[in-house]
Amino acid sequence: MKKILGALALSTCYHIGFAQEQPADYGQIHGNFQADIQSYKADSIIKAPVVPDKMRMNAFTNLIYTKGAFTAGVRYESYMNALQGFDPRFKGSGLPYRFASYENGDLHVTVGNFYEQFGNGLIFRSYEERGLGLDNAMDGIRLKYKVNKGVYVKGYGKSRAFFAQSPAIMRGADAEIQLDELLFSEDSENDLRISLGGSVLSKYEPDLDPKYVLPENVTAGAGRLNISKGNFSFQTEYAKKINDPSSQNKFIYKEGQTLLVGANYSQKGFGINASAKYVDNMDFRSDRTANGTVSLLNFLPPITRQHTYLLMAFYPYATQNRGEIGAQGEVFYKFQKGTALGGKYGTEIAVNFSKVHGLDTVTTTAYEGYKAEPGKFGKELYFQDFNVELTKKFSKHFKSVLTYANIKYNIDIVQGLVGMGSVNCHIAVADLTYSINDKYSLRTELQNMTVEKNLDRGSWAAALLEFSVAPKWFFSVIDQYNYGNPYHKARVHYLMGQVTYVKDANRIALSYGRQREGILCVGGVCRNVPAANGFTLSVSSSF
Amino acid sequence: MIKRFFSALFALVLIISVQAQENTKRKIPAAKVKNLKGTEISTEQLSNDGKPIVISFWATWCKPCISELSAIAENYEDWQAETGFKLVAVSIDDSRNVAKVLPLVNAKGWEYDVLTDQNGDFKRALNVNTVPHTFLVDGNGDIVWQHNAYAPGDEKALYEKIKKLSKGESIKE
Repeated sequence: MKKILGALALSTCYHIGFAQEQPADYGQIHGNFQADIQSYKADSIIKAPVVPDKMRMNAFTNLIYTKGAFTAGVRYESYMNALQGFDPRFKGSGLPYRFASYENGDLHVTVGNFYEQFGNGLIFRSYEERGLGLDNAMDGIRLKYKVNKGVYVKGYGKSRAFFAQSPAIMRGADAEIQLDELLFSEDSENDLRISLGGSVLSKYEPDLDPKYVLPENVTAGAGRLNISKGNFSFQTEYAKKINDPSSQNKFIYKEGQTLLVGANYSQKGFGINASAKYVDNMDFRSDRTANGTVSLLNFLPPITRQHTYLLMAFYPYATQNRGEIGAQGEVFYKFQKGTALGGKYGTEIAVNFSKVHGLDTVTTTAYEGYKAEPGKFGKELYFQDFNVELTKKFSKHFKSVLTYANIKYNIDIVQGLVGMGSVNCHIAVADLTYSINDKYSLRTELQNMTVEKNLDRGSWAAALLEFSVAPKWFFSVIDQYNYGNPYHKARVHYLMGQVTYVKDANRIALSYGRQREGILCVGGVCRNVPAANGFTLSVSSSF
Repeated sequence: MIKRFFSALFALVLIISVQAQENTKRKIPAAKVKNLKGTEISTEQLSNDGKPIVISFWATWCKPCISELSAIAENYEDWQAETGFKLVAVSIDDSRNVAKVLPLVNAKGWEYDVLTDQNGDFKRALNVNTVPHTFLVDGNGDIVWQHNAYAPGDEKALYEKIKKLSKGESIKE
């Protein structure tokens, strides 16, 4: 150990001596850092549990070294212990992510850990959502080769589960061809773009089950098409998986399939988007026994709008990998400035509607499980969302975003519970910003959610007040009030204050108060956050 | 074993940072993203004829990002005429929301170069944690400044920096 340091110190002096004469390229190191520390105080009124260690921390740092065509990196993660709401199997510290890669002409090689997505992710998506504790990084080898106008990706690896690896080995390939580059010459004025893609992923997981004879090699394949011309574009992808019995589908030998179709038209001031989705038995993991957000191999994008306002995101939807059918449509329109509805600055309106049902299924044998008719909406409503958003600037100082949503949400299906039924909510949010001058600004959000028949936790109101001093300071106060709870004692205020300091790419935020028990969603994947009372310190930096 | 690895790593970082004193300029790292037509773009080739570039990471669900890009859009034509800078808006929307990017950008009338980074490769290469995250690249292709979060008024401070860069001045305080 001492010898290593000694040698390194010597070589440092050697290099410093020479640095004056010849500025050489030793490459660069950049990275980022984030730590979230939360303290927990038992609070029986909001049902915040007793946390024996009283304070917990999640932290990570990424370091990436680049020199020319060579890149290497490492990530250090630490959970002492993992924050409430994260899977407790994230424990201790370690280096769960490390890689080296280089580019040699048309060939790009990565060894170690990598993230990758095939098409829309229907059969394979390896990605990270640090805010949710979701990380299914691959550990193996990835090769990318550009053949003329086509791109090929081949990979071999195991996926990550906490600080260990999945039992299965994955091998995949993906190819994409830009047909327009082949058909038209480079200076052609034709703006037709056609791209065709195909992918396949096969996993090998040994069969250790004493009862069933399980298929050890499970393959899934997908094909996709994207066409765009002028203001119009169309995209579709279809994926199929052979029999893949697992604890998620209760060990049935049925095949799985999924189809995504979408089209959009847009021009200046107007855009329209429509999409439909069909999913049948497409839960795909690198561990037959896994559940929750662990060891996922694919990503089936939810076909509903992603909400971020506190009460709009109260009942968020997540794709039911086992089976669902849905559609979404939206229109964006801008009333130009000077017109009657546009006013002085223009007014934007966005209308969105989405609906998701279960499949129309018929139970068959214990081996197959069930049969579903493709393209047919089942009777059970999983989720429905109609929302309108109006963005309007009234003056140089004052602008607003007003949103209304009517959400129907099947709690049992989406949250995996029993006996909770469905809720029908009306949510209204007014997001108003008043810029006092170039430096000081005041923003407020006033929100209300009315839950019909006062089901579940009943109705809520929320208010947020944020004062910002550009570019460094943010002061905010948030209150959520459960005024409609059927249990009068639970009609409580969740009050929280936060101070944030940002300088360039360093951010420090300190908040104190009550956190409501609920669902936190980032990127279409959600995790449960339990009720908590205490302070949270968050430090984040990029360098 | 871990301790030794770490000591070696930190020693290595020390050496490299010492050498890097000569080489603190950072270029745009290499990653593959797509433009709104679906064509693959190599990020290390982003350029603007020797004039400044602003790279802004955003998402359709990120309200402060949309505020920032809308605020800059109001002045984009004038600011471009004065400095020649261009803004590249990189959306980190995944396959759930990526189809919304084009209709939203068109409806709002944004004139930016919009790229999509669906699986976060460019975001990771630039070590972005959360959005909005904005980078300022000078005429030589070096990243000279970056900022996380948005407060109304930040765009004016950003423009002061862009003006300095376009005149060839340094923005170090």
